[in-house]
Amino acid sequence: MSPLKIKKGSSKHSAYNLRPTFSDVQERHTLAVLVENEPGVLARVIGLFSGRGYNIESLTVAEVDHKGHLSRITIVTTGTPQVIEQIKAQLTRIVPVHEVHDLTVEGAFVERELALIKVAGKGDDRVEALRLADVFRAHVVDSTLESFVFQLTGTPDKIDAFADLMRPLGLVEIARTGVAALSRGT
Amino acid sequence: MVVQALIDQGVDTVFGYPGGAVLPIYDEIFQQNSIKHVLVRHEQGAVHMAEGYARSTGKPGVVLVTSGPGATNAVTGLTDALLDSIPLVVLTGQVPTFMIGSDAFQEADTVGITRPCTKHNWLVKDTEKLSATIHEGFHVAKTGRPGPVLIDIPKDVQFASAEYQPMQKVSTSHYQPVIKGDPKMIEQLVEAIENAARPVFYTGGGVINSGPAASQLLREMVEATGFPITSTLMGLGAYPASGKAWLGMLGMHGLYEANMAMHGCDLMINIGARFDDRITGRLDAFSPNSKKAHIDIDPSSINKVIKTDIPIVGDVAYVLEDVLNLWKARGRKVNRDGLAKWWKQIEEWRAVDCLKFKQEGAVIKPQYALQRLEELTKGKDRYICTEVGQHQMWAAQYMGFEDPNRWMTSGGLGTMGYGFPASIGVQMAHPESLVINVAGEASWLMNMQELGTAMQYHLPVKQFILNNERLGMVRQWQQLLHGERYSSSWSESLPDFVKLAEAFGAKGIQCSDPADLDDAIMEMINYDGPVVFDCLVEKHENCFPMIPSGEPHNKMLLGDAKATNAIAGKGAVLV
Repeated sequence: MSPLKIKKGSSKHSAYNLRPTFSDVQERHTLAVLVENEPGVLARVIGLFSGRGYNIESLTVAEVDHKGHLSRITIVTTGTPQVIEQIKAQLTRIVPVHEVHDLTVEGAFVERELALIKVAGKGDDRVEALRLADVFRAHVVDSTLESFVFQLTGTPDKIDAFADLMRPLGLVEIARTGVAALSRGT
Repeated sequence: MVVQALIDQGVDTVFGYPGGAVLPIYDEIFQQNSIKHVLVRHEQGAVHMAEGYARSTGKPGVVLVTSGPGATNAVTGLTDALLDSIPLVVLTGQVPTFMIGSDAFQEADTVGITRPCTKHNWLVKDTEKLSATIHEGFHVAKTGRPGPVLIDIPKDVQFASAEYQPMQKVSTSHYQPVIKGDPKMIEQLVEAIENAARPVFYTGGGVINSGPAASQLLREMVEATGFPITSTLMGLGAYPASGKAWLGMLGMHGLYEANMAMHGCDLMINIGARFDDRITGRLDAFSPNSKKAHIDIDPSSINKVIKTDIPIVGDVAYVLEDVLNLWKARGRKVNRDGLAKWWKQIEEWRAVDCLKFKQEGAVIKPQYALQRLEELTKGKDRYICTEVGQHQMWAAQYMGFEDPNRWMTSGGLGTMGYGFPASIGVQMAHPESLVINVAGEASWLMNMQELGTAMQYHLPVKQFILNNERLGMVRQWQQLLHGERYSSSWSESLPDFVKLAEAFGAKGIQCSDPADLDDAIMEMINYDGPVVFDCLVEKHENCFPMIPSGEPHNKMLLGDAKATNAIAGKGAVLV
């Protein structure tokens, strides 16, 4: 049970906070959801997460099979094992959802994200930014005399690390696509 | 096209209310005789009527309302049907496609608003797809865990013509939930049944939704094993109340023996119920020593709040048939010694007689009123609806249900105002039967305008109102939790119900004396037409037994308990 100390009739906590979980370990899972590409399907998925209080760390969506009208939604979420199971079961219940894959438990998988990172600076900072970009294998996709836009692909951790390094060197703006993921092998 | 699709789906009754955006469909309804349209007085009423129709027949209920306010008024009913898994197909009109998004007159984002309160919904922008979408809608509403669907049809789509797609040609292949249970899990369950010393069946609305075969198999299973059985509010009638293994309803206001059996069992077999918070009470103390099996067609119900040892995803009827066959094939074994002891223990709990009350003095006790109603109507071809509150719990406690689909109540959402329209829907489907709505005066007033509908269609629904001039359940909680400060929980300026009935052309009866009660009830039953029965009852009666919020099943309050401030601590935040 939660250690809430609740004064009679005065709590703002939801009753659901009193729910014991089967295990308290927070896990991070990457889910791939194949959906019918119809209007409102993304709203259904997002509505499920907000309505039932689940977390979304990252979400990407795009059509992957034009002929078959299929889109692929990749969701990175966190929760206890019980919550993760609930999320999968609830997703499966949505009528236009065809398949739900939990890549985290189904075996090895690749996870990639693309980021565009704008860094402004002069002199040594600018040189250092370019040198680090080279180390991270980021490409320069736009340049002025006082700024760069780097394009970087990799795991979310790698992008976090690069962004942290750029911050003291003049990080201005960052745009990230969110995670796309596929299982390894056949 | 819409009307043709409905006829092909076997629809005979539509509950609805016209408006600008559905006039083309209403024009078609006017020009045919296959489908009867029931003009309601408020769209919420239409949806509850369709729910009553659906629950009492097993067929989807159909609703037709207009755009904007027509659709928003339907939202409560949709949510109610979603939580209680009632199959509905709701058709809403919409402004023409070229005006969508322009804040047109009576425009609302209906599919947006109803997305979280339907099983699925569609906005049909192309007449070519209209008939196929309606057929798919019926498929989705009925298949798997049933639920409400909504189809939003812009007015220009209604006017345009296209080729009709018959229902056989519509592909529904991608939505096909699992109905057969996993044989390995079924084997585990059979093994558990063979060994359990203190088993209990805990059944729910899923048994009724699965159809008559499921109730039949359940009865066979209970008789064959000799296991005790309890049921949720939604599942009443799947097993007959007169059956000898029947423990009565369980849960917050369930019977002592039922809750104690749940708490003390070593094998709990959940069939089509969902471990709702009204059932479980305090989760970490819920049935602490039992192995739990759970049969449900909806995978998301399993392990949602209670960890299950033997999960079986499938349709109740299919799974029960497999379980029963395997159990028979393995020699019909049960733990006889254990069971005998278990029943002895249950008989001791039964002896507590938790529903006892004393009818004394000149004021009718609500329990007495329902006991008499039960006595005078049981054995008849009878359907009971309820509103929500104390009267609902008393009806569940004091009335006995012998068959499925005979008990219509708002369980999950707890919608006051449900019962009256639901009773109209039931009576539409069963014109010759006795349909009674057990109500509280406050709930009943929430949809009382439907008295006009009952009169217009000559529906002799009986409104049995337990009038305590209080919001009884609210008042009870204020007594238990808020130091007897009765904030806004009494009904002031109540109408004269007899005159109110008469104003609509219905019959009104008032009864306040216990000695007159039987005659008054008989008068209500024998009158050929709608009756509003104003039964003046004890004002401060509490509904017991009760598991206070945040307490486990074995900490029930019985009728003689000191009730004031009984809910405290963590339980106080629970509803």
